[in-house]
Amino acid sequence: MSYQWDFSPVLTRWPLLLDGLLNTVKIAAIAIVFGVLVGLVLALLRLSPRRYLRLPAAAFVEFYRNTPPIVHFFWFFYALPVVLNISLDPLVAAVLALSTQSGAFYAEVFRGGIRSIERGQWEGAKALGMTHTQLMRRIVVPQAATRMIAPFVERSFELIKTTALASTLAYGELLYQAMMVNSETFRPLEVYTTVALLYLVLLVSCSALARVAEARLTAYR
Amino acid sequence: MPDPILPVSIPSVSPVPAAPPILQVSGLHKWFGPLHVLQGIDFSVAAGERVAIIGGSGSGKSTFLRCLNFMEMPTAGRIALDGTPLGRAVGKAAPGKPDEVRYPESELCRVRERVGMVFQQFNLFPHMTVLENAMEGLVTVKRMKKAEARERALRELDKVGLGGKTDVYPGRLSGGQQQRVAIARALAMEPEILLFDEPTSSLDPELVGEVLRVIRQLAEEGRTMLLVTHELGFAYHFATKVIFLADGVFHEVGTPDEVLKHPRQERTRAFLERFTEFSF
Repeated sequence: MSYQWDFSPVLTRWPLLLDGLLNTVKIAAIAIVFGVLVGLVLALLRLSPRRYLRLPAAAFVEFYRNTPPIVHFFWFFYALPVVLNISLDPLVAAVLALSTQSGAFYAEVFRGGIRSIERGQWEGAKALGMTHTQLMRRIVVPQAATRMIAPFVERSFELIKTTALASTLAYGELLYQAMMVNSETFRPLEVYTTVALLYLVLLVSCSALARVAEARLTAYR
Repeated sequence: MPDPILPVSIPSVSPVPAAPPILQVSGLHKWFGPLHVLQGIDFSVAAGERVAIIGGSGSGKSTFLRCLNFMEMPTAGRIALDGTPLGRAVGKAAPGKPDEVRYPESELCRVRERVGMVFQQFNLFPHMTVLENAMEGLVTVKRMKKAEARERALRELDKVGLGGKTDVYPGRLSGGQQQRVAIARALAMEPEILLFDEPTSSLDPELVGEVLRVIRQLAEEGRTMLLVTHELGFAYHFATKVIFLADGVFHEVGTPDEVLKHPRQERTRAFLERFTEFSF
């Protein structure tokens, strides 16, 4: 192959890419926070003894599990404003899409973690006279939390990678900025290779952080 | 065969017939789906009584014990503590059916504080140390100050011989040690009645003795206890009253001598023979 690699036009535009990277981190962080909140609410609803609370939450999860993420982005950006008769900022639309998607999956992570705690733990706590709230707070959730870490991290990685779809809404995250750089430099090979490496570095550092957190939280085993 | 745990019977402390029952059960039924596990049980236990409940697997003995602190909800029947029936009858579920009884959570919690339980599988909290396990009920349920709870937890751990293991996580202990921690955890709550649900059934044979020794010690203190067990030798020395449960009813009730040595019911005899079949 006679192609001449030249990263310099890409690298000289590093402020654009850095900006994109920071926006990726920003949108991911916001979406994780809201996603966790959505997930907690959905998990509580799905664990409820009441059918009329359980079923809508289950339907919500099924909806997100069986529809493509990009459709959610388009729906929140192009469809929701029609319903509400407002226009949505790309960031807001992207966060809505990301946090509802990940919320649906986080809910399953939380629910699975709680249901994985053996019956004996619930009984041991009840036999001491604990209320449901006390036993959740003191016995079930602390143990479930450590089991949720791995699937939680996995879901969060999915979320971070899905932020690239926000580029379709012209939100200036990493991929969108890369497209800008590409249109200026016409160096797709260098641009998208750089972008891939940046995502790689971002996710590998996140996974190192997650391992440290997990080690701390599961020290008792 | 000499019994290394209990060479002599413990003098019964007080089953004075006049002592009012702490816990009273009437017409207790439990259904698991189509399965009629408890078929109408009347029972009461007074202060100082030690009741051993024996029976084959599936006889309902664990279910009966677990109904007493509402680990299982009775399908029908009432349980009274100090003469006051627990729960609130909310009218007939259907004509000819017994009253449906509802139990507010606060009431169940109060009962469980007074009626402690030791489980076959220990059910210690693996994310807490031995000391934290024993303190948990005191701090969370009784809202006791940490220092005070610690003191009482240490006292109970000492009693079960684990004063030296306070900062260890349960996962590092043998089954016998774990069960002794579980006993200390229950004791720390100072329950009026202690329920033991096959406390030695999941232990290796060589670890059974250390747990039974602790239970014997509690018997000597005159505690009110109910024990579901397959250790008939221990039951004989431990109990002031033995109940043979079969098919969800009390088949035979009496002193250890009456039930274990001179059973009147054919069913009881057949059950006991299975235990002595291979003894020497």
